[in-house]
Amino acid sequence: MLMPKPDGDIIAKRREIIGAMQAIVPGEGVITDEDELRAFDCDGLSAYKQLPLIVVLPENTEQVSKVLRYCHDNNVKIVPRGAGTGLSGGALPLADGITLGLGRFNQILDIDYQNRCVVTQPGVTNLGITQAVEDDGFYYAPDPSSQIACSIGGNIAENSGGVHCLKYGLTTNNVLGVEMVTMDGRIVCLGGKHLESEGYDLLGVVTGSEGLLGVITEVTVRILRKPETARALLLGFESSDHAGDCVADVIGAGIIPGGMEMMDTFAIQAAEEFVHAGYPLDVEALLIIELDGPEVEVEHLIDRVEGIAKNAGAVHVKISESEEERLRFWSGRKAAFPAVGRLSPDYICMDGTIPRGQLSHVLKRMSEMSERYGLRVANVFHAGDGNLHPLILFDANEPGEFENAEKFGAEILKLCVEVGGVLTGEHGVGIEKRDLMGEMFSEDDMKHQQRLKCAFDPDQLLNPGKVYPTLHRCAELGKMHVHKGQMKFPDLPRF
Amino acid sequence: MPETLTPKTADQVLEVLKWASSEEKSLNVQGHGSKSSLGRAEPCDHTLDMSALNSILDYSPSELVLTAEAATPLADIERALDEKGQELSFEPPDLGPLFGRASDEGTVGGVIACNLAGSRRIKAGSARDHFLGFHAVSGRCEEFKSGGKVVKNVTGFDLSKLMAGSYGTLAVMTDVTLKVLPKPEKIRTVLVRWSTNGIYDHGGVRSMIDALGTSHEVSGAAFIPAKVTEFSNVDYIKSAGGSVTAIRVEGPGPSVAHRAEELKKQLGIYGTVEELHTSNSVTFWKEVRDVSFLAVNQDRAIWRLSVAPANGSRVALSILEGHPGEVIYDWGGGLVWLAVEEKDNASEAKVRAAVNEVGGHATLFRASNQLRREMPVFHPQTQDLSDISKRIKEGFDPGGILNPGRMYEGI
Repeated sequence: MLMPKPDGDIIAKRREIIGAMQAIVPGEGVITDEDELRAFDCDGLSAYKQLPLIVVLPENTEQVSKVLRYCHDNNVKIVPRGAGTGLSGGALPLADGITLGLGRFNQILDIDYQNRCVVTQPGVTNLGITQAVEDDGFYYAPDPSSQIACSIGGNIAENSGGVHCLKYGLTTNNVLGVEMVTMDGRIVCLGGKHLESEGYDLLGVVTGSEGLLGVITEVTVRILRKPETARALLLGFESSDHAGDCVADVIGAGIIPGGMEMMDTFAIQAAEEFVHAGYPLDVEALLIIELDGPEVEVEHLIDRVEGIAKNAGAVHVKISESEEERLRFWSGRKAAFPAVGRLSPDYICMDGTIPRGQLSHVLKRMSEMSERYGLRVANVFHAGDGNLHPLILFDANEPGEFENAEKFGAEILKLCVEVGGVLTGEHGVGIEKRDLMGEMFSEDDMKHQQRLKCAFDPDQLLNPGKVYPTLHRCAELGKMHVHKGQMKFPDLPRF
Repeated sequence: MPETLTPKTADQVLEVLKWASSEEKSLNVQGHGSKSSLGRAEPCDHTLDMSALNSILDYSPSELVLTAEAATPLADIERALDEKGQELSFEPPDLGPLFGRASDEGTVGGVIACNLAGSRRIKAGSARDHFLGFHAVSGRCEEFKSGGKVVKNVTGFDLSKLMAGSYGTLAVMTDVTLKVLPKPEKIRTVLVRWSTNGIYDHGGVRSMIDALGTSHEVSGAAFIPAKVTEFSNVDYIKSAGGSVTAIRVEGPGPSVAHRAEELKKQLGIYGTVEELHTSNSVTFWKEVRDVSFLAVNQDRAIWRLSVAPANGSRVALSILEGHPGEVIYDWGGGLVWLAVEEKDNASEAKVRAAVNEVGGHATLFRASNQLRREMPVFHPQTQDLSDISKRIKEGFDPGGILNPGRMYEGI
């Protein structure tokens, strides 16, 4: 993975930059020592490491604004960082850039039950928001697997999903407002406690922009009342076709479950061995379907889903009879990554989305690839929304195996695009899928996206080298091909 | 001479744009023109009539996804979805009658370009939340696409969000892909009839906050003051004789019955409780969605205010104080529709000040052409946001050929 060539002039000015940062962020907020910098040398995509020029940990919006203003004026690059749990390398440092950590923004500012929202600083964890309101019966719906550790600011940068986003939406559907600092140090507010921002939906484009448009310093999210109850069905199928049919039939019956997850044989066995969730071991596909709502609704829908599953050929049907049992059903799924990880020295986790109907075709093709590459693959799948997480197992100590695994991963993502899907469902492009963007987008598609970037950060100092394979200068992107003497379409009907 | 150009294909749309760009002429981009009086009244040189791009291209019910050409009538889409028991769950409004036009004229591109939604906004989101991807031609005369045909997608910047609510000022969408959802099996509406005449708006908002704070998955919360209940076609509302709070629950039969019962118990403290079943509910919520209550008097200017729900009645009553006018509340108090006299720029100073005090925005949603030429229609932006918006416009439509000035002067 090639990153933009570090700017030697900036590296040469390191001492001066440190001085400027220390003047803005007093105390322990500027990290320069190599040993301490090492803690920031990667994010959740740990195969790629890079020491940052320095790390700055500001405490308030004003400091963020001053840091960015300085960097803007002095041509210093910035890599924003939340909790560093991202899986696509979005927070990978740059040798000539400051990593700006938002970890000290860790306060919840306002819990507003009347308007059903929480105003928080971006370094608060996803789960921290739910914990702050759960005693009063509320919760924050998007629940990425890393929710204990990942920050809400990072969730917005990545537009994170989770098991429950089929019914309750992604981050973008649950965030009401942000305060953000643009690269030139301006503090802007997008949205608020009301719905819809007027004018261009900048809140919408900032969500999922992977730290390329601004640094988020405050967040307003909506909270929901916890459902009265939730129950889950554990369904085993002899073939993934049948499991796929079951998913389609549930949706066809007009039911949108709170969660609908699928695992393949390999993932089932790994998970069962690891946490003993009571999964059947003689099936090719396992579905966990969760229904939530009032008790009478859940009861009614459990019956219907059970009927649909049996019709679709479920050979193993278990319905949770207690909260404890429901959590046990989930325990295997939630531990699937580490469970598979136990079986191999290393693994990489892919994240494509496909139209649900393509599932068995994609699984078949993947198992062919697995043989061809000589690498094992386990699959967990957000079946409800078509988001696939193949885990490719490899051993980094074997020469060439990591590269091979990456190639395998890239081939899977290309396949996702080929069948009408996309490169990433929830982990983001970052550096991991950057060079695959051309599989999905034409040059013009990407240029239009980059023009949005130019409106926020014309000098491209925020998180460069991420998401887009080619850095075009904004001046070049702004040039317009002039159509002179263009004829009106001769056959065009006009009145 | 203003001309109307009617391309039949996306390629022809590109040709029209190239021509307009070459001639330096501006285009009024429209589907059926049902919302042509929404936004600033800034005349364009020619009209780009998209109405010939009107077919559903792909609909797979089991994937919950539909792709259609941009000017496909919403009515056609709704009919196709209905056959499979599905719908656009953001409840795209039919604003024809509010603007003094016929019903059922809207297109899918239009509702996305204006990012509109009905009462279910509070639960299901707006057009933007269901808009998965598109093909378009930008003002740079380049074809581009964004998003895809799957719900879960974070590949690249989410330009769908940028297009939704951009009023055709950046690019001309040629096809759009939307997420669709199953229709709820049953609908019930719990009504609270406030005992006598009088201003009960604060109580109305209070009751909606109570309902939305429950776990009953309320999918609509509106308050109709006594003054406008007579315009409903639902007998219960029409003959209410007082203001009405309406709370909607949807879903499987047994669940809906249970939740309506619980809500009736809770809201009983505010007044007499009634219940509407599915068919009356459908009629009533369509009236709320389409703002029918304020469509009758076409002389009034109409403001659409988006504020934090708990502030809805405070803002509305402070604007109306001492002035003739009507109000209805949707989104649990967060969406305020105000009908006022046109004089004094439709009370603009009061409206903006009241909204600015609590945060939010106000759009002069319906007004005479003259008023929409003379004053800002959308809420004025801060300098910083306006700068970013201008740079986005320059990036996508540097020649300013697409609906220039429709949203803001210079954009």
